[in-house]
Amino acid sequence: MNLTLRIWRQKGPEDKGRMVTYPVDDVSPDMSFLEMLDVLNERLILAGDDPVAFDHDCREGICGMCGLMINGDAHGPQRGTTACQLHMRQFKDGETIDIEPWRASAFPVVKDLVVNRSAFDRIIAAGGYVTAPTGSAPEAHSTPVAKANADAAFESAACIGCGACVAACPNGSGMLFTAAKLTQLSLLPQGQPERYTRVIGMVDAHDEAGFGGCTNAGECTPACPKGIPLNTIGRLNRDYLAATAKGANNTPGS
Amino acid sequence: MELFTEGDPIADTKAPAGPVEKRWETRRFEAKLVNPANRRKMTVIVVGTGLAGGSAAATLAEQGYHVKSYCYQDSPRRAHSIAAQGGINAAKNYRNDGDSVHRLFYDTVKGGDFRSRESNVHRLAEVSVNIIDQCVAQGVPFAREYGGLLDTRSFGGAQVQRTFYARGQTGQQLLLGAYQALERQIGLGNVEMNARHEMLELVLVDGRARGIVVRDLVTGEISTEMADAVVLASGGYGNVFYLSTNAKGCNVTATWRAHRKGAYFANPCYTQIHPTCIPVSGDHQSKLTLMSESLRNDGRVWVPKTKGDDRSPKDIGEDERDYYLERIYPSFGNLVPRDIASRAAKNVCDEGRGVGPTKLGVYLDFADAIGRLGRKAIEAKYGNLFEMYERITGEDPYEVPMRIYPAVHYTMGGLWVDYDLQSNIPGLFVIGEANFSDHGANRLGASALMQGLADGYFVLPTTIANYLASGPLEKVDASHPAAVEARTDVEDRVQRLLAVDGDRTVDSFHRELGQIMWEHCGMERSEAGLRKAIDEIRALREQFWQRVKVSGTGEELNQSLEKAGRVADFFELAELMCIDALHREESCGGHFRAEHQTPDGEAQRDDDRFAYVAAWEFTADGGPSVLHKEDLKFEYVHPTQRSYK
Repeated sequence: MNLTLRIWRQKGPEDKGRMVTYPVDDVSPDMSFLEMLDVLNERLILAGDDPVAFDHDCREGICGMCGLMINGDAHGPQRGTTACQLHMRQFKDGETIDIEPWRASAFPVVKDLVVNRSAFDRIIAAGGYVTAPTGSAPEAHSTPVAKANADAAFESAACIGCGACVAACPNGSGMLFTAAKLTQLSLLPQGQPERYTRVIGMVDAHDEAGFGGCTNAGECTPACPKGIPLNTIGRLNRDYLAATAKGANNTPGS
Repeated sequence: MELFTEGDPIADTKAPAGPVEKRWETRRFEAKLVNPANRRKMTVIVVGTGLAGGSAAATLAEQGYHVKSYCYQDSPRRAHSIAAQGGINAAKNYRNDGDSVHRLFYDTVKGGDFRSRESNVHRLAEVSVNIIDQCVAQGVPFAREYGGLLDTRSFGGAQVQRTFYARGQTGQQLLLGAYQALERQIGLGNVEMNARHEMLELVLVDGRARGIVVRDLVTGEISTEMADAVVLASGGYGNVFYLSTNAKGCNVTATWRAHRKGAYFANPCYTQIHPTCIPVSGDHQSKLTLMSESLRNDGRVWVPKTKGDDRSPKDIGEDERDYYLERIYPSFGNLVPRDIASRAAKNVCDEGRGVGPTKLGVYLDFADAIGRLGRKAIEAKYGNLFEMYERITGEDPYEVPMRIYPAVHYTMGGLWVDYDLQSNIPGLFVIGEANFSDHGANRLGASALMQGLADGYFVLPTTIANYLASGPLEKVDASHPAAVEARTDVEDRVQRLLAVDGDRTVDSFHRELGQIMWEHCGMERSEAGLRKAIDEIRALREQFWQRVKVSGTGEELNQSLEKAGRVADFFELAELMCIDALHREESCGGHFRAEHQTPDGEAQRDDDRFAYVAAWEFTADGGPSVLHKEDLKFEYVHPTQRSYK
């Protein structure tokens, strides 16, 4: 396959950035999208040019490190698939492909296609856990968990923190990410004691980080490589309402 | 020139005496404690945020120490433990199927082909039950039965069902549990988190580990961080093979730099080749993808009986198929340990019975299981794995059998540690895959997660206190001459890499190094092959320093520079791996020497000559390493030829 790539190049946070066109020939349909970028970068390095910086690590769709807007779609055209697992057989010979970083005010660009997603870590630090210091745990079977709840908790816990939901959202909202963790923990008995302080802490951290609000645009779930359902945000809203009505103490972990 | 010399044996591993089931209790009681008020004044550096590093950093901070944590990824949640699929072993015996701490201990020592320490393995088995309790309390969503209790499944090398799991994403869920505990401590100000930082050197002061030199991967700034103790939890070195199931960033630099500063590197040749990975599709391949071992619970492995049978699998009748694992190993069948399953796949492919376009593949067939349990049940168990397979290969495994082939997956070798997980450098602790301690010559499935969390949650936080309690150590900062020297060394090395400005990319060297290693130090090794590999590695390494082209500068985000530093260290490690493999004139676990096999092609150990840990000491660049032997004693599990027949 022969392709034309138009890639966002930006030297650093201060640089304005621009799209640059690169032709890439001899692409095998069995290559992954990132392997195709590897081929381009090898060529750029040998030509004395700066290779395209992009984040990636596990290349098996689980670490959440990669994230590219491909032709305007977060992680590209294939549903339920991260950029690293997207293969070139999804594209046509002769196609022009636009590749851009996540665009969101809470995810500033570091270089080229690399963005800073540390805002997600700050949301977790604000309550996305169960306070259970090592050594304090009771015997695992002391609290049975209904299978339906355990399975639903797992479904939300499958979030890989890649940020596609934010990139796809017209408001740049991180609600699907936040709601996924909240839903996991609120469906489990272990998550109950901190349920209402958690939701307030995490939502506040979300807002402080500069993410936009959720207006139910519904763009996040289709973009999510793990298919985190939209109704998790409904759960978040119910818990948030309950928490504010209760006037819960706003300190996570208390 | 001789390849190595032999030094003094290692006499003491610091394991307490007495019955094996009492040793950990004894050690816990005898270990000195640090009182809570003093813990606040002590700083511990933890490098890596996987299961071992993340759990250790969180636990040390909970105990009151000041922790500085480092990872090269953009978030601690992305460490490669996240990719572990199948599960975590624990001796809970919830199945009432005859499991016990002693059986997990026994299976692990046997599974490691009698090349691990009984004391360490027994401790691992004891602690395993606490790990499950801890993770459940954190909200890890393990698979459950309808009654609400935890489900378990079988894994290779065991005849009991002791593997706890969260669909095919167990590593992810356990890591997120540890990560969340870590983030809680970060939020509380007890852990200073430094993501996108890479450790490039260890700082020794008066023979003790007192700090590290790190490079900020965004700005390129090189700085020195000091502490009272340093914990390396930087994972394994499988990427020396270029193609492996490791994440692209996984590297040996942290442990290799410590090795060059005096830490012994133990059993580097023990690498695990995982039997069920998606076969290589072409030269562009950048990494390999694992298909969980749990698939062997329901999938049946086969190849055609006839060589060069090119028919589609559906046209090959039952009587024309060779379910070779079931045939050769009737009592364990498709669930033999990884080393055995991998070698068997290699053997049938070497015979010309491999399948797929490259003929380097065997079938993993779910037709029987789908017929017996229904497609829905298989979807529930393995849905995400089947989808992943289809995305990568373009084939639907519900309709066509999967094609799989072995790939490098895990490294049992690592820095040598004593019973306290302390290296021979005082104050340098090594945990998780980065150390060598618990898996011997072959790791059983679902035991890596167990070991990482055992080390991080339970073992290290106890044993490091014993070291810290011997203080207080002299206060040192980054202006100490040893710290300045280490930092200057790092800066010089970065400049050297940038200055070569040759005509070959880092990846092209890495790929070639990987081919040498796979060919000669992979699933089967021989004296001639290893000697050839050593020569080739040396020549290629020389080329690397003359011809590598690294773009950009040191003062920016520069992924080509990051890779160059890692590959430079892989070259040095690769040579030591081959020397270790060459000196070990026996076959054991993942180390299979062609010259040492039983008449039916199984690994032939030589306990009289090689029942020891090979701990290597660095001397000088190009100089012979010094071999220190730690004899292994087996008081409880009597070494026999492993049989899974």
